[in-house]
Parts: sequence; structure tokens; C-alpha cells
Amino acid sequence: MRVLPTLQKQRHPLAGGAAQRRRLAELPLARSFEEALEGAGLFPLVAKGIEVLQVNVGRKCNQTCRHCHVDAGPDRTEMMPPDVVEACLHVLAATAIPTLDITGGAPELHPEFRYLVERATTLGRRVIDRCNLTVTRLLNYRWIPRFLAEHRVEVTASLPYYQGHQTDAQRGEGVFDESIAALRELNALGYGRPGSGLVLNLVTNPVGAFLPPDQRAAERDWKRELERRHGIVFDRLFTITNMPISRFLEHLDEKGQAEAYLARLQQAFNPAAASGVMCRTTISVAWDGTLHDCDFNQMLELPLGEGLPRNIREFDPARLGRRSIVLGPHCFGCTAGAGSSCGGAVA
Amino acid sequence: MDHSHYYHAADLARFAEVGKGAPELWEKFRAWYDAVFAEGALTAREKALVALAVSHTVQCPYCIDAYTTACLEQGSNEEQMTEAVHVAAAIRGGSSLVHAVQMRNHLERLGM
Repeated sequence: MRVLPTLQKQRHPLAGGAAQRRRLAELPLARSFEEALEGAGLFPLVAKGIEVLQVNVGRKCNQTCRHCHVDAGPDRTEMMPPDVVEACLHVLAATAIPTLDITGGAPELHPEFRYLVERATTLGRRVIDRCNLTVTRLLNYRWIPRFLAEHRVEVTASLPYYQGHQTDAQRGEGVFDESIAALRELNALGYGRPGSGLVLNLVTNPVGAFLPPDQRAAERDWKRELERRHGIVFDRLFTITNMPISRFLEHLDEKGQAEAYLARLQQAFNPAAASGVMCRTTISVAWDGTLHDCDFNQMLELPLGEGLPRNIREFDPARLGRRSIVLGPHCFGCTAGAGSSCGGAVA
Repeated sequence: MDHSHYYHAADLARFAEVGKGAPELWEKFRAWYDAVFAEGALTAREKALVALAVSHTVQCPYCIDAYTTACLEQGSNEEQMTEAVHVAAAIRGGSSLVHAVQMRNHLERLGM
């Protein structure tokens, strides 16, 4: 598989969250995100409780996807230390948050991934693994599919398209074939098969600077084509909009499309999608234990609002569950068209 | 504003300015246009592919940009979009060629 150096490794000007925020602020917009929310009667945007603890265990990944908002890759070294893993588990045990959503990087590369999953499932929580599929094909990680099945972990796997060249264009040459092999293995274990109780959802991001298609129509096509071409079955397809930050922002700049893409997102602002954005029911934990409104704010180094607990060790579900969300122009990425979240379209 | 060329990509975003000359007609056009492209007996995806093909027939660069994006956002891929353009091109080529029957008719009238 072909991998590239991350922005951080390249010492690219857009490698840090502050630089990305500055670049976004330079792009002209007909109205700010706050104004758009105000027009829809949704400002300030306030959380409605915490249903998902989304834990980003590290930025190491075996792939370097062109659209990655984390700038993840093999050269990243940030990994959640054991005491922060414990703090996350402590929060799960001390609260009624029903879902642990584990992301990265490739979260399975974290040395305590299995421990985290085992403890969370013992606590009776629904556990989601955001899997890039190809990690399961690495020599030392062939244990992943069986381990996930044994612990009834919900797999949310990335696959931008049911054809090879689009998938490889976004995720790196050779990724599609390896992903198909991984999906076959998951299917063989029962994942995606009716009645198995083993949930396999796929995530698609557009392969370029445009909005994702209608989720239901795309799911029909994908089910038909993946089964016809590769004999693969899955449960649901989630369409996710590319977020104009990190590597996708760099890609947009390289193509001279940053201004047009942000304008497209802003023009497609949908109040119904804004009302259902995932940050209203999710809290995001970074590898170092800092808390954020979402994984995107985490990468932009946007902390929670003033006066709120900002570290997993200070977790206060009552205050965090009714916090005002920290906003920016990138938020148009979650409110365009049918909306976008880690669970796909929201409107 | 650069007026040294006839077509500017940025002008597509100014389409609504056309409404200034005749607001009522513009509103009627918008309402009709939106209704045409709504999901109906044809899906929104099929309509976007038809629009892409027609855009090439009328050779409108604004329409080609707009409906290339629209087709992608409706879930069509490059293969499907290229086939749609070939359909337009085939009709366009065929429409020239079918006039050869007229040529043949005239040849017949003039010849022996």
C-alpha cells in the first residue's frame, strides 16, 4: 500500500490546528456559521446530554488518506497514555453514557485497544470501532476481526466507494483490494449478516470537493454493487461530508478549491441538519485527555467553552451535557445538505 | 470585473442577477426549474444525468460545471457521467448523419 508523509512530517504550514483556523478565517463567506444558526433559531448551539463518549486514542495509522481530518499516518507518535485510558474507563463506569466510540488514527494500533474494549464491554456499553479495514491485514494485527466479533463490537468501517480506483485515489494505492479482503473476513465471522447481531456499517466520504449523495439511495447502490461484485454484505451506509480542515484543506488549497468548497457548504446549510448535529450528544476525548466538542474541534485545537471542565479527569456530565458548543466556519461541514455526523446523514 | 472573455466561472454564482430585469419572470423560472428537478417519476439522480448530457449538447460551460457537481452529489460516478455525455454526443452526431437522407433524396433528384 502506498503511504505519504503526514503534514506534520512535511512541516507543512497547515500542520497545526491554529494555522488551519487562520486559513479558514481567510476564506470569504456570505454569512458566518453563528449567523446561519441564528437565522435558524439555533444560536447558541447547546448540548442535549451525552450519549457518546468518543475517544481518539492516537494519531498513528497505517494509511494516509487524502481527506483525513486527523493528519494521521505511520509517522505519527501521539498515543493515549495508560492513565488517560483509565480516566476514560472511570468516566464510563461513573456515568450512564451508553456508547463508547473508539477512533484514531487506526485505533487498533493502540497497545491498550483490547483492554479498553474488554473493560467497556464488561461495563455493558455499546462499543464502536472506527476501523480502516486494512489494519486487519497487517501481519501483527490479524487478531482484530475475531477479537471484535468475540466482544460484539460494532464495526464502522471506511470505504469511500465500491470501485477500486476511487477508493485508492482517496486512501492510497492498494487499499481497495485489502479492504475487500478485510470485509470478506468480517462477513465470514458473521458481521453484516442478518440475525448475527454483529453490526458492520460502512462509511463513505466523497472522493473530491463535493457533497455526499443521498444516504438511502447510495446505500441501495452499495448493497447491490458490493454483493454483485464481491459477495460482500453490510448493515448500513453512512455518508460523511469531507471537513475542510487538515489534509483535505491542504488538498483544496492545492486544487484552488478552498473558497468554492466552503461556499458550497455554506450555501447548502440546512437548519434540520444543524438541529441534529452530533456534537449536541457527543463529547470527544483527545489522546492527551483534553475534552472537545467533536473530533474536528479537537484537530483544530479548539478547547471547550470558557469555565467548563477541559480534561477527562475533571469530567462533569451535568455541566458538559448542557454546554454551549464552540463553533467555527468548519461547522458548515456538518450542516450541509442532509447533514453529516459519525453516524452519517442527520436530516 | 474582467469583460475580455465571454465566459467566467464566477458568473455562475451571479445567475440570480438575471432576475433584476424581470423579477416576476425570474420567480416563475425558479419555481418551474426547482419543480423540474425534484424527485418525480425520474429520480433526482437520473434528472441530473439528463441535465449533464443536455448541457453538453447546448455546450453551456456553466451548466457543465453545475451538473458535473450535481451528478457527483447525486451519487453518479465518472463512468456513468461519461456514458451520459456519449448519449448526447451520439444523438448530436446521429442528427447530422440522418440529414444525409436529405442529401440522398436531392442526389436522386439531380442524378440519372
